[in-house]
Amino acid sequence: MTVVTALIVLGVLALAFGLVLGFAAVRFRVESDPIVDQIDALLPQTQCGQCGYPGCRPYAEAIANGDEINKCPPGGQATINSLADLMGVEAKPLDAAHGEEDVKKVAVIREDECIGCTKCIQACPVDAILGAAKQMHTVIAHECTGCDLCVEPCPVDCIDMVPVPVRPDNWQWDLQQIPVKNVESSH
Amino acid sequence: MSAATKAIEAGHIWTFPGGIHPPERKDRSNSTPIEVLPLAKQFIVPIKQHSGPVGDLLVAVGDNVKAGQPLTQVGINNALPVHAPTSGTVSAIGPGRIAHPSGLTDTVITIDADGNDEFYSFAPLADYTSLSRAELLDRIRQAGVAGLGGAGFPTAQKLALQRPLDYLIINGVECEPYISADDRLMREHAQTIIDGTEILLHIAGCEKALIAIEANKPEAIAAFEALLPNYPQLALRVVPTKYPSGGEKQLIQLLTGRQVPSRGLPIDVGLVMQNVGTAYAVAQAVLNGKPLIERVVTVTGDNIAKPGNYWVRIGTTVAELLNQCGFEPVADSKQEQRVIMGGPMMGFTLPDLDVPVVKITNCILVPSNQELAPAAEEMNCIRCGACADVCPAQLLPQQMQWLAKAKDYDGLEQQNLFDCIECGACAYVCPSEIPLVHYYRKAKAEIRNIAREKAKAEVARERFEARQERLEREKQERLERHRKAAEARKKAQAEAVAQGGDNPQDAVQAAIARAKARKAAQAAAAAKQNQEGDDE
Repeated sequence: MTVVTALIVLGVLALAFGLVLGFAAVRFRVESDPIVDQIDALLPQTQCGQCGYPGCRPYAEAIANGDEINKCPPGGQATINSLADLMGVEAKPLDAAHGEEDVKKVAVIREDECIGCTKCIQACPVDAILGAAKQMHTVIAHECTGCDLCVEPCPVDCIDMVPVPVRPDNWQWDLQQIPVKNVESSH
Repeated sequence: MSAATKAIEAGHIWTFPGGIHPPERKDRSNSTPIEVLPLAKQFIVPIKQHSGPVGDLLVAVGDNVKAGQPLTQVGINNALPVHAPTSGTVSAIGPGRIAHPSGLTDTVITIDADGNDEFYSFAPLADYTSLSRAELLDRIRQAGVAGLGGAGFPTAQKLALQRPLDYLIINGVECEPYISADDRLMREHAQTIIDGTEILLHIAGCEKALIAIEANKPEAIAAFEALLPNYPQLALRVVPTKYPSGGEKQLIQLLTGRQVPSRGLPIDVGLVMQNVGTAYAVAQAVLNGKPLIERVVTVTGDNIAKPGNYWVRIGTTVAELLNQCGFEPVADSKQEQRVIMGGPMMGFTLPDLDVPVVKITNCILVPSNQELAPAAEEMNCIRCGACADVCPAQLLPQQMQWLAKAKDYDGLEQQNLFDCIECGACAYVCPSEIPLVHYYRKAKAEIRNIAREKAKAEVARERFEARQERLEREKQERLERHRKAAEARKKAQAEAVAQGGDNPQDAVQAAIARAKARKAAQAAAAAKQNQEGDDE
């Protein structure tokens, strides 16, 4: 008889906890994997696809599923290091097969050569190109991530990738002092 | 009244941690009155001389301008305008070297002076209390007044912050060695500075102002002591000589014992601070309607024949200024002559002498190598801790140096790098000649850059996601359209059949059947032909 009581008690407990867990699984469901969000937050969001995935989020998902962390040239070594920190793996140098770390660039359309084909507009992952069919297109410079994806589709090759100019407000202090030149008196 | 307020009222002077006593060398330039130099032939006016957005251009190449005429306008982004320093013709607008440690270029307006120095018409104001606060702020903004103490923060913007204020502090400390521009201004124009202070009090809605002067300026102190009995709302505070007493946070601590919170502003502790030069410029702007087109600049150093203070029009090139003051470069041509804009502690070496004097230029220093040794080679840190003793912000310069070298930016923020005022006291005492402040400036720039990139990446991600969503929506809409069209077609057919008409499907089936029959016939014919061929 005691065996039956124990079985009933345990059975009821199991059922109760099962219900609680089942309810929690539905009620507190996490929509996406938070680790993917964390990885995505570290990636530079250029959406360039140099990693072989169509955008930063797909690459973040791939890393979460065990892909290599050194496939992101725009992020460079800094991104690899922070990804290594997050994932608890060894940081390694950038995989040269996916490209090399480069200075930050921005796309510029030579507007008098543009034929208004809209191919670059369709290629831009962040909708940073403005224009319409048979109208001149232009790049919204401050929204451009420098991903390079618009250069290839352009049938007249009128898109240049221009390095972002250094201005006094984004200039980095140089540890080497400014080269001082010999100043002559004009007397 | 609380005990702390009582102590402030009684004129108690607190102290701040650290600080240094470098040789002052102010006596070379502070013994002669401020001189007015002959006008230069050409002026270079950078459109950005303050912190914040720049105004839209109001002039074009070839325009004739008069002294004090605005060259850029306030516009929609609430920018600070710049004004023509003298009358003449705008000969060029374009990139030019600016007074910035980077030696980079920015947009400058070049004006060829006509020599007549005709002034634009200014509207003097008899009674400033008749104007509203907003009108007075606009008047100050239109006159292009920015903080003349160093950072160049637009004065009107600082005054527009509305918070209950306990005190307005007028900063006449001028603690950096060599510089005596504020000292001479206080000696010669104490009355105008007091007028400016009253206007500032009126605008800020504040009861009382404290005028702080360092103890090493007895003449300036005497000038104010003579005038202040007529102004009960102004009080003079003499602070002991120590560098950097004139730092905003340090002076607040000296006068009130309050500490500005980390990354906070003086207004968070109920105070606002203005430089004496700014008070003078505010008086000129409000009472005379005169924009900020000239300022006092100390020109000093061993290699200057005529050291002193000069009224210099904004936009005068450093080369022109030095020529007027008798610049004698080092005799030994193998050694390089440095020209420093600002003081020896916080100034920077100029890349060349074509850069113009701007609103925040308080000193041009031309030292010999004996008086100010060129930067020696950096040696290893010996962990002596002298830097931590002198840091006025109570930071750990040595620790921050390691972190900066290791590019550990999170660690630097934990060490409160952004509380560093870049006063240079740590580098001054460092026996290993480590350019500590350079490390901090570079790290600060890098951290700001990372933050900017992160904000940009965030925007890019939002745009990318919005685009993905849009593409998906468009795809669904297209499918939906096709589905609806197919449904409509089917319905139309069904109706046609119901009304006894031909079912288009029947026609299709008939056509397929015909095609099949034709194919079968062809195949049969071919087979027959082959058979006939075999028979022959």
